Amino acid sequence: MSDASLPAALNEQLANQLSQVIGFIYPNEIETHWAILIVVYPYLTGIVAGAFILASLVKVFNVVEVQPIYRLALLAALSFMLVAGMPLQLHLGHPERAYEIFMTPQPTSAMAMFGFVYLWYLLGILLIEVWLEYREQLVLMAREAKGVMKPVYRALSLWSNDVSPEAVAWDHRVSKIVTIIGIPSAFLLHGYVGFIFGSIKANPWWGSVLMPIVFLMSAIVSGIAMVMLIYMVISLLRNEKIDMRCLDKVGLFLLVALIVDFALEGLEFIHRVYQNEESLKILSELISVKLFNSMVIMQVTLGMLLPLLILALARSRRFNDDMRRIMYFLSALLIQVGIFSMRWNVVIGGQLFSKSYRGLMAYKMELTGIESLWTALVLLALPFMILTVLNYLLPTRWLEKRALAAH
Amino acid sequence: MNKRDFLKNSIVFFPAAGVLSALTCQAEGKELSASMTTGYDASQHWYGMGVDVDKCIGCNKCVEACKAENNVPGEPYYFRTWIERYDIHADGEVKVECISTRTPEERLAQQNQPLDPSVVRSFFVPKLCNQCANPPCVQVCPVGATFQTRDGVVLVDEQRCIGCRYCIQACPYGARYLNPQTHTADKCTFCYHRITKGQLPACVEVCPTEARIFGDLKGKQDRLVRFQHDNEISVLKPDLNTEPKVRYARLDGEVR
Repeated sequence: MSDASLPAALNEQLANQLSQVIGFIYPNEIETHWAILIVVYPYLTGIVAGAFILASLVKVFNVVEVQPIYRLALLAALSFMLVAGMPLQLHLGHPERAYEIFMTPQPTSAMAMFGFVYLWYLLGILLIEVWLEYREQLVLMAREAKGVMKPVYRALSLWSNDVSPEAVAWDHRVSKIVTIIGIPSAFLLHGYVGFIFGSIKANPWWGSVLMPIVFLMSAIVSGIAMVMLIYMVISLLRNEKIDMRCLDKVGLFLLVALIVDFALEGLEFIHRVYQNEESLKILSELISVKLFNSMVIMQVTLGMLLPLLILALARSRRFNDDMRRIMYFLSALLIQVGIFSMRWNVVIGGQLFSKSYRGLMAYKMELTGIESLWTALVLLALPFMILTVLNYLLPTRWLEKRALAAH
Repeated sequence: MNKRDFLKNSIVFFPAAGVLSALTCQAEGKELSASMTTGYDASQHWYGMGVDVDKCIGCNKCVEACKAENNVPGEPYYFRTWIERYDIHADGEVKVECISTRTPEERLAQQNQPLDPSVVRSFFVPKLCNQCANPPCVQVCPVGATFQTRDGVVLVDEQRCIGCRYCIQACPYGARYLNPQTHTADKCTFCYHRITKGQLPACVEVCPTEARIFGDLKGKQDRLVRFQHDNEISVLKPDLNTEPKVRYARLDGEVR
């Protein structure tokens, strides 16, 4: 039975999902309301928060070993941040009304407040931080550049012209303050994403007080791993030597973050099983029937335990630089798979069981259209394109060398 | 600030405050102007519905009436109200299905089936939006498009809804869907266009066994108030503290 008033694609999709229902579900639960784009969204946001935390290690905690990737981490955070809001915008039924979130926000809504947290982090922290970091060199480049790039650099430096030691020292001072404010803001940014899910009492898979903190730790893990990956790839492309002191240090931070993340997720799991609430039966079925591959294999085994093992082994120092590079690269890559699976399992998994606790639904990802694999891939590729442009405009290495020569 | 500055500033401030307060009135104005023209005062009512589970015969007339009255799209997917059938077996096994997703022919065939001797109890449960007094959907709406009226009905402003579907996730009862035509959240309104004119919701109107009782919890002589006096009442998922205003009599503990 089907209705001609529905678009054919939707009709087909719903019929397909209906045929895969196991047990009893409320009839309106047939549609997967938050699909692949909402999986991409916390994944991107998490990388922003993680990359910024990594950058702040240099600025606030003076971890000198990480200095070589400070700017890269900052630019990566900005690149991912610029894209992070797009999946949200695209999945709306009425994207043209999105501004209402800012015009008539509902103070009780976690989602409404997220709009402000996002804007604060982008405009109040990240852009200012990047600008302060590059201002001096933008001024210098504007002076030397010729043709079209001259006005571009002038504009990027916001037409400032003062590169006296006092002015530059002021930049650094303010930058440090912005970073100090930035750390809790980054925590807020991704903790908040966790809260959007964790505060839904109707959904036992989401509703957990640990959700914000689990999201936060996984964000730190994914951000550090992503910057590590980008650093290694960029060094390879530029045919530059990777700073092993830096890589070892980042690897250590990654290991620690991963251990904390693992402990938190493990705690949540144990807590759930031990409390043995009404929902446990259906959640167990959810894991064994629907999420076995994406959770037990991808998220936990390949995405967490294996990189944990590799990173721990790399610490033992019995491996040479080449070997450690491969180990770091492999574990950072596996971590990306694991964290993306984790976002998938939270977002999609939370919509694969009925709130009647009596049945399981199905989700089939569309290949084309707005809410589709295609869009997701574009959104996942976009931060890297932005980063390439940013790297061209604000070259991390070349500028540093120039700066050293100038001082 | 000297006197001159104060006067100068107040030239800007007072008109601005006036404009703001006028806008505030306008934002709330829909209800006000309606009450002025129709004489309907929302604050005098607090609507709810009683469901007598024993009386429901699973005829699905309420579902059909609701779909017709409210232009609910897309058989067999979107429902503002639906009927669940529970079969409790002797060994304690519970089989549940939504009969409203079936065709009339399938339902008829099911009714004509011989009784399964292992079923010790069988009953139907009409479901709909619980019009919670403490609605999680209203709490999470980022733009205030989902709101509670003064007479206690939870509505969606389809002109404002951005289609983020957060309310659908927050509803513990599966009462909401995204209308594929308007791309906004949709749900039972208690037939708000009817009840504010003193009529009954369509589902209540057509129920042949009076299994649904619509009423005003503020009314002293109201049928719903009497229904609550005369029966042991339960609500769905009381532990979630949503305070549903759809109240069930003789509800089996297996129903969620």
